Amino acid sequence: MAEVFTKNMARNMYYGGGLFFFLLFLGLTVDTELSAPERDNRGAITPQVALGKKLWEENNCIGCHSLLGEGAYYAPELGNVYERFGNSTIAIKAYIRGRPKEGIPGRRSMPQFDFSEEELDALAEFLRYANGIDTANWPPNIQG
Amino acid sequence: MKYPSQAVAKPYFVAAIALFIVQIAFGLILGMQYVVGDFLFPEIPFNVARMVHTNLLIVWLLFGFFGAAYYLVPEEAQRDLYSPKLATILFWVFLVAGGLTVLGYLLVPYATLAEITGNRFFPTMGREFLEQPTITKIGIVIVALGFLYNISMTVLSGRKTVVNVVLLSGLIGLALFFLFAFYNPVNLVDDKYYWWWVVHLWVEGVWELILGAILAYVLIKTTGVDREVIEKWLYIIIAMTLITGIIGTGHHYYWIGTPVYWQWWGSIFSALEPIPFFMMTVFAFNMVNQRRRDHPNKAAVLWAMGTAVMAFLGAGVWGFLHTLSPVNFYTHGTQITAAHGHMAFYGAYVMIVLTIISYAWPKMHGREAANPRAQVVEMWSFWLMSVSMVFITLFLTAAGVLQVWMQRYSETPEPFMVVQEKIALFYWMREAAGVVFMVGLLVYVASFFVKPGAAEAPAAAEAQA
Ligand code: HEC
Ligand code: HEM
Ligand code: HEM
Ligand SMILES: [Fe+2]
Repeated sequence: MAEVFTKNMARNMYYGGGLFFFLLFLGLTVDTELSAPERDNRGAITPQVALGKKLWEENNCIGCHSLLGEGAYYAPELGNVYERFGNSTIAIKAYIRGRPKEGIPGRRSMPQFDFSEEELDALAEFLRYANGIDTANWPPNIQG
Repeated sequence: MKYPSQAVAKPYFVAAIALFIVQIAFGLILGMQYVVGDFLFPEIPFNVARMVHTNLLIVWLLFGFFGAAYYLVPEEAQRDLYSPKLATILFWVFLVAGGLTVLGYLLVPYATLAEITGNRFFPTMGREFLEQPTITKIGIVIVALGFLYNISMTVLSGRKTVVNVVLLSGLIGLALFFLFAFYNPVNLVDDKYYWWWVVHLWVEGVWELILGAILAYVLIKTTGVDREVIEKWLYIIIAMTLITGIIGTGHHYYWIGTPVYWQWWGSIFSALEPIPFFMMTVFAFNMVNQRRRDHPNKAAVLWAMGTAVMAFLGAGVWGFLHTLSPVNFYTHGTQITAAHGHMAFYGAYVMIVLTIISYAWPKMHGREAANPRAQVVEMWSFWLMSVSMVFITLFLTAAGVLQVWMQRYSETPEPFMVVQEKIALFYWMREAAGVVFMVGLLVYVASFFVKPGAAEAPAAAEAQA
């Protein structure tokens, strides 16, 4: 690097560039927030969905599953499981309720969480809400 | 070692390596569960082992960063650490908090842990990488604040080198962005949006400043190249990091309910993110080629160059592979992501911590470098770990390509679980490479205990720092 580009210029590029792009990022964030209601399905957020999200978190479902493509890659994507299960919360509930305590021999297993009926409803409603978020047509197909 | 207080870094480095071993042990458990689904089920379900694996990774890297700062900041500032006592106290606080949290994961169901730590009052748990109970998160903030206070007081009242200022700004950024871990709205899109302010703005933002500063420090010390030259490089590299990496966050905003324009912003800026990593490689090789001295610590120089290369491969090349939105549409949340995550974390952050330990450990024991025999063993561990990580990455990439093909791209997409069984062979190979990685890590630990050969013993004893 020749002397035409001095250390001071490099430093200014760091501070100036960092600041400029952080401010731009904040601007884009504001715009994202303003237009969010069109996409994020907030109309579907009920106290029941909130309970579902809490259960989702307090049982660490994300430690095996992905949700909208983020999380772990050990078990099926659940952002569109509502659709995959034929738009049926009943099927989702039945699935979660039906997990054997000791797992399935030789197969990747999901724990039995012993949820109450109310909790199962909340989880299923949470997954239905997630399914309603406008994800720009992701995933590519029903298999997630 | 010039200042006695630099020695507070010792326990930090020891803890880092000890936790690293446990992290990898759990990695092997996870790898096994991928192919033998009911392995250790229901005692240690996959999600629990995963939390232990990823959280230990973060915690031991933080131990490494803290130790690095305690070691190099006083030397750069040309004064003792402001308070060695505070550093020692915080070490124990962090170790106990981290240990209790991991025990909590392993000993009680996660829901019970949430219950007894009062997650309902301030819910922050249950999100990837941020699984820690809220009180642990608060503990992390307290430790970080105490640490920053100690380091800032040292930096501000001493010689303000570029290395110190950049390191400090990276560490402050680390603490600041962690605060978003406390924001957990019910709105899933909002939740995910700000979750990335911790995860992405850490690894592709402020942590890169820490990486750059430590690398620059080690290169100054081992090559003897003029500080001015190295500092200019450092500024340009981290300038490029922020210029590309901040808007680059957009590569996580393609499919989570955020505006479609992020596909443009994210693709364009994140496609430029490999630039700073590439520059880091050029930088490291240039400095070593222009060296004014042959430093006796060959192992540390090898780690430093290895960091630059592997970070470029893992973050730069494997990151670029899936960062453009039309590609990411198919690869999002597949084994491609896991492949990239492993090599990037290893190449950039694991290796930089091993670099500074390799450089500083002998210095803290009154030697310029470990004895040549020990260095040979250490270099073996370098190759064992790095090559096996390349293989882990390649096997996961192969698994990922097949997964995308069968589950996402095909005319007749197959269900997730069906595809997973079809690609099990690659998971077996990953597990085998993981075992080699573990062997490499144990060889690394062994290198600290290798005694000098008979002919070298007197020379090594005389080579005081
Ligand atoms: C220890 C890992 C693990 C955890 C934790 C876990 N799951 Fe699962 N889950 C699985 C596996 C593995 C499957 C696929 C099982 C199979 O096909 O036999 C699955 C399947 C499912 C399915 C059906 C998906 C489909 O497309 O077939 C749903 C719904 C589901 N899980 C919901 C949940 C919820 C809700 C939670 C949290 C309360 C949760 N899971 C926690 C491992 C887990
Ligand atoms: C220094 C070495 C390692 C580092 C830095 C590391 C890092 C990580 C990271 C960052 C994740 C989260 C990945 C993501 O979300 O994409 C992860 C998950 C995982 N790691 Fe590692 N890891 C290492 C070694 C290993 C080894 C040796 C194995 C096994 C042989 C292993 C197996 C796994 C598995 C199976 C997962 C879970 C993937 C999933 O979510 O499905 N890791 N690791
Ligand atoms: C050292 C620096 C880096 C580290 C440690 C790192 C680590 C990771 C990890 C762990 C994930 C998975 C997150 C999750 O669990 O959801 C991830 C995702 C991702 N990374 Fe990186 N990364 C780095 C740099 C980069 C760079 C430079 C690029 C682009 C050029 C990049 C592109 C991506 C993309 C596109 C994803 C999303 C994958 C998906 O859609 O599933 N990364 N990274
Ligand atoms: Fe990223």
